[in-house]
Amino acid sequence: MNKTFLIIKREFLVRVKKKSFIIMTLLAPILMAGLIIAPVLLTDNDNQKRLIAVFEDNSSYSNKLEDSENISFNLVDQSEAEKFKKDINTSPFYALLEIYDTNFTMFSSQQISLNLRKSITNQLENIIEKEKLKNSGIDIKLIESAKTKINIETKIIDDEGKTTSSSTEASMGIGFITGILIYMFIFMYGTMVMRGVIEEKTNRIVEIIISSVKPFQLMIGKILGVALVGLTQFLLWIILTIIVSTFAEILFIDTDEIVKNMNQPNESVLIGELVKLTGGIDLVTIFVSFIFYFLFGYLMYSSLFAAVGSAVDAEADTQQFMLPITMPLILSFILIQPVMDNPDGLLAFWLSMIPLTSPIIMMVRLPFGVENWEILISMSFLILGFIFTTGLAAKIYRTGILMYGKKITYKELWKWISYKG
Amino acid sequence: MGDEILLSVEDVEKKYGDYVALDKVNISVPKSSIYGLLGPNGAGKTTLMRIINQITAPDKGRVLFNNELLSKHHIKQIGYLPEERGLYKKMKVGEQALYLAQLKGMPYNEAISKLKYWFEKLEIIHWWSKKVEELSKGMAQKIQFVVTVIHNPKLLIFDEPFSGFDPINASIIRKEILSLRDNGTTIIFSTHRMESVEEICDHIALINNSKTILEGSVSQIKNDFKSNTYEIELNTDSLDFSEKFNIISSTNNLFKIDIPINSNVREVLNLINSKHEILSFKKDEASIEEIFIKSVKNE
Repeated sequence: MNKTFLIIKREFLVRVKKKSFIIMTLLAPILMAGLIIAPVLLTDNDNQKRLIAVFEDNSSYSNKLEDSENISFNLVDQSEAEKFKKDINTSPFYALLEIYDTNFTMFSSQQISLNLRKSITNQLENIIEKEKLKNSGIDIKLIESAKTKINIETKIIDDEGKTTSSSTEASMGIGFITGILIYMFIFMYGTMVMRGVIEEKTNRIVEIIISSVKPFQLMIGKILGVALVGLTQFLLWIILTIIVSTFAEILFIDTDEIVKNMNQPNESVLIGELVKLTGGIDLVTIFVSFIFYFLFGYLMYSSLFAAVGSAVDAEADTQQFMLPITMPLILSFILIQPVMDNPDGLLAFWLSMIPLTSPIIMMVRLPFGVENWEILISMSFLILGFIFTTGLAAKIYRTGILMYGKKITYKELWKWISYKG
Repeated sequence: MGDEILLSVEDVEKKYGDYVALDKVNISVPKSSIYGLLGPNGAGKTTLMRIINQITAPDKGRVLFNNELLSKHHIKQIGYLPEERGLYKKMKVGEQALYLAQLKGMPYNEAISKLKYWFEKLEIIHWWSKKVEELSKGMAQKIQFVVTVIHNPKLLIFDEPFSGFDPINASIIRKEILSLRDNGTTIIFSTHRMESVEEICDHIALINNSKTILEGSVSQIKNDFKSNTYEIELNTDSLDFSEKFNIISSTNNLFKIDIPINSNVREVLNLINSKHEILSFKKDEASIEEIFIKSVKNE
């Protein structure tokens, strides 16, 4: 069996069998699903028709209250209101609204929902507002006709002249999320490689191993093993998130309601719109590019992380060498916003070409549409960058792993790079 | 023990920047022998062993293994127990030994059966599913020994093999090393502790300041450094006849005397015998340590 393959296998299995990996992999999708489900749960639990009793003393708001889909108002007299308060459980009413001048009170057996309260408050505010305007002699029709709402529809025309609806917000959202994910993955799995190298060095097993395999095989085996861990985790997260969300939907949410809500105005329109508008973004290209930039961005950076791990004796000593590696990563992170503001600008273009920043910045740019030749050049540069850093890292690594108890400087690292054989 | 050479290092040089780690080093290791690589810390022993293991490459010179230029396919025939040795702490003993054996190029089934054989031989089979972090340092050393010899290499290289062992386990390991030698394995044995060398090594090389300063079989080196000093024990604490020999030292009844090369040892002995009762008489051989110190000083 190929030795590099043996190393990849060990690095992969050791990490996948760890409790922390299993817990992280299982827990994250539940949290994710929770984040998706929770808002839906929170907004849609108040769907019954509510009968509200209204008792009014000395004013005339109640007859202007309009029944809505979920609420219907019933005027009651004082005795009935008293009866409701005394024997709340047998009453057909869900709640009682008492109005004394401009004092409004609601009585109910359970806490009324935010939505219900909000819709009644809105109605009352409107009624009182109109009343006041009317009293000061302003024509309400005039005000209503002056109210305007516009919405610019954005469409993208492709080379063949076909137009598709687009959304700047959706592009920004996708670009931001994928960019951040790559940033997180490179950091997470890069440091995982670095820790692995330090572990082998401090455990003093490294010399036993490299008497059987080349240092380069050990390094690349570890990097690829961790890459597989990353891809496995990512894939499991996607699959589990889908499974958990589906189950949660079946368990907690009436699907009809969601469909119904989709057609309703308010925030549900946004979801519908989002689904419609991502149609303008080439999701396949984004997914494939994501895997590519994640993999090669990780490969390029992790070899540098491995070199740092090999040069030190303990994780605490890594700080001074980490800076030049983390700087381009953090820089890309900070520059996500300016790039999104002008995704075709010079800054965006060059940052998405330079291999150290391209994995994050290109992902941010992609949803806005990037020419194919730009993507291809960026990808080739990244592959070249990976080959270059791996070669450099291998030279540091093969000397570093056998150095103990020496404080390493940059000058020393340079010497290692220039050693022969 | 023939004179056939398994490994020869010829004019090997290695520099790290301005630092010369090895300077025209030559050694030749005969087959089926135990070859001691001696020298103080920092002399270049570890660098030499790393070159033999192809962990690093020499700047100049060459290494021959079985009369072939040393190359990657020889890795399977060499076993190396480095001085800085450890194991993955979180991995199980058996799993780890299997991994290291497979890295040496052993197929799975063969590795398993060989490991079982050695684990039973050293009575450590019940450690198989323990994690390494549960073992003591000496126990871990035994496992490292097993994974070094597991693939039946022609050449074994041990760097300070007895450090970390208690006397009982050290003698078990010594016995195993000797029996490996008797079964035809060639062993390079590196140490800076000279006293362990004489009892176990057939050949030695002394390395100091990146150079080989002495090389050959133990008996021949001792012969080269033979002196005319004898140790004599008498039933009295006074000894004269000093015109025939020089008394170097005397402690109670024990005398060290220097008999000039041109005078007859038997004559001297007879002379002493006529006056005193001799309890013991033997040639005072220089120990390897003394030879070593002498050679280093002569540099």
